[in-house]
Order: sequence, then structure tokens, then C-alpha cells
Amino acid sequence: MSEEQIRSLERQFEARIARDEKIEPKDWMPEKYRQTHIRQMSQHAHSEIVGMLPEANWITRAPSLRRKVALLAKVQDEAGHGLYLYSAAETLGISREEMYEQLHTGKAKYSSIFNYPTLTWADMGAIGWLVDGAAIINQVPLCNTSFGPYARAMVRVCKEESFHQRQGYEIMLKLCNGTPEQKDMAQDALNRWWWPSLMMLGPTDEASVHTEQSMKWKLKRKTNDELRQQFIDQTVPQADILGLTIPDPDLKWNEERGSYDFGVINWDEFWQVVKGHGPMNKERMKARVNAWEGGEWVRDAAMAFAEKQRERREKQVV
Amino acid sequence: MKKNWPLWEIFVRSKNGLEHRHFGSLHAADAEMALENARDVYTRRNEGVSIWVVESKHITASNPEHNGELFEPAQDKVYRHPTFYDLPDEVKHM
Repeated sequence: MSEEQIRSLERQFEARIARDEKIEPKDWMPEKYRQTHIRQMSQHAHSEIVGMLPEANWITRAPSLRRKVALLAKVQDEAGHGLYLYSAAETLGISREEMYEQLHTGKAKYSSIFNYPTLTWADMGAIGWLVDGAAIINQVPLCNTSFGPYARAMVRVCKEESFHQRQGYEIMLKLCNGTPEQKDMAQDALNRWWWPSLMMLGPTDEASVHTEQSMKWKLKRKTNDELRQQFIDQTVPQADILGLTIPDPDLKWNEERGSYDFGVINWDEFWQVVKGHGPMNKERMKARVNAWEGGEWVRDAAMAFAEKQRERREKQVV
Repeated sequence: MKKNWPLWEIFVRSKNGLEHRHFGSLHAADAEMALENARDVYTRRNEGVSIWVVESKHITASNPEHNGELFEPAQDKVYRHPTFYDLPDEVKHM
């Protein structure tokens, strides 16, 4: 194809997206669109899969059966969300094994928030409330993104996600209405998860390199800073109901803007964690690689069994 | 051995009276495992009463580049629609 032809195809392509038409896997698409989507969807999938680890840490120690079944269901949902997203990414021609390979070698990133440790039961509350809360804000606009398989996966993810946030908030509520020690535990969890949750919504607009292109392709509907403001504005009143204090001395209602002003985010910490120097980066990768390598004989055995069954059936036919 | 589990397409009937609809795909060693995995991945909240699985390689898909010759001929056949036919208003139940 000549460059002129490609430019013309690209113009038609951008026009389709501008008209809110969906792009399906076999449609012509610019190489950059394909690569960007493979990157974003696979990293989204990795985040769901790695995101199971901090919570799995507390399943066996959940304080009641009610909490345990809820946490199990939540972690199982995250596995499901990872699978929806991996298979959506596979429609663009990357294999599941390649994606795992990229995760395990550190070539692909996942959400930095999962590189923080879960020290107490209250962290299960804080994660559901704040981390899933921030994730929902990030994900809801993706239900209308331009790539069909991604949008469809996100519709399912978003439907399931709201239970996650509510179960987390309920844990916080229970702790806050409990003994002083329990309330302290909830406050401590909020103190540790608040800032990483704000960072989860991505670098500031000035530092974000992909925003403009992502807006055009509807991978983004609002900028990181807009989403962060939305998250803060909706979360502060929820903290008030719990009777907890947001660990930000500069947090203040701004009557004029109709929003909360907030303090400076420690972006050095964010980039350190992104680059692999967070408290749990190495643990998380080790757990994933172990699961993959330790499960190899199971995958092989299942395949061998399936082949044997097939051969047996074929012989019977003869 | 290093043989990867093949990809399967999953179709779910959400309730009797409705058709099976494509829900997504997943990897499994064989059809039975694909059914079991589909139950866990796609019907955790009563989304279905029946599941079909088919190995993705058995699906033949039309090529979007041929959409013109495949689908456009239908566009100028307005006489296939009831509104093409002019009838007086007095005619009822038609």
C-alpha cells in the first residue's frame, strides 16, 4: 500500500470513530491503534490478575464466613476480569503466552497500586472502597471505547465491580463502628491507601504522554486530573460518614470551584514503584511466575489427556 | 511438551426462549473443560441456562474488506420492505 493510500484509510478510520462507530478485530486499523490497544488491554488484564494477590493474602484469615465468601467471590471476579481482557486482547493477534511472557519479564506493566502490601484486615476494606472506587472511575468511560471487544468486556467488568466497592466500604463501616482499636485500624488503612489510590488515576495531564491520542480513540473520555478530582470529590463525603480523616492537611472544600482542593502528590514515589522499586514488586512477580511455572505440568497433563481421549474416540469411529 | 490450550468461543443462552449469544472466548484443553471454564468465567451471576462451546479455529468469518460486495446489494432492494407498497389509508389490518 502506498503512503497516500494508508493516509486515506487512516482518515476514514478516524472518521468512523468520530461517528461513534465501533472497530472490530478484523477491520483495517492503523498499526499504532493495534499496538496501543494490545498494550492497554493486556496491562489492564495483568492488573486484574496481579490484583488478586494482595487480597488473596487475607482469604484464609477473614474474620467471618460472610466476609470470606465475599472476598473469595471478589477475587474470583478479578480472575474473570483478567480473562475477559486477555481474550479481548487476543483478538488483535497477540497470544496469551506472549502476554504472560511480557508480564513475567517485566516488559509489560500493571497497576502500581498492587505493589503495596496488605498489612491488616482493614486493608481489605480500604482496597474495596478506594482502589476499586478509583478503578470504577477509570473503567466506566471505557464501556464506550471504540474497540468493540474492549468495550464489551468493560460492560461486564463494570457491572460486577460495584459489589466490590460496596463490600469494601461495608468492612470499613463495621470497623469504624467497632472498638477504638478497630477504628484505628481503619484509619491506618486509609492513611496508607489514600495517596496510592490518587496515583492510580495516572500521571498529571502535563506528564501524561498518551492523553491526546487516547481521547481521540475514546480510550479516554476525561483526563487523569479530571478523573482524580472526581474521585476525591465523591470519596471525601464517604470518609466523613465513616468518621475517618483523609491524610491530607491541604484538603479543603473550594466553594468557587465546587470541588475539593488537595495537597501535592508524591510523584517520585509513583515513578519509583512503576520502575519496580515498590515494596512488593518482586514478591508479586515471583508469585505470578511460580504459579505459571508450577502449573505447567497440570496444563501439559490436561492437554495429554484431551489428546488421548480424542484418539480413543477416533479409533472407535474406525 | 509445551502445547498450549486452544482457544474456544463461548455462546450462552441467558434464558429459555432466547438464542445463544456470543459471550467471549477462553482457553481449555478440551470441550468438557471449555464448558466448565465457561461456567466459571461467564455465568457467575446466573447469566445463563445453557452454554455452547466451539473451538475458535472451526469458525469461518467473512472478511470486512468484502463487506461491499456482500452486504451492499441489499441496500437498493427497498421492495423487500412493507413500506415500499402504496396502499390507501382505508385499508386496515395490513
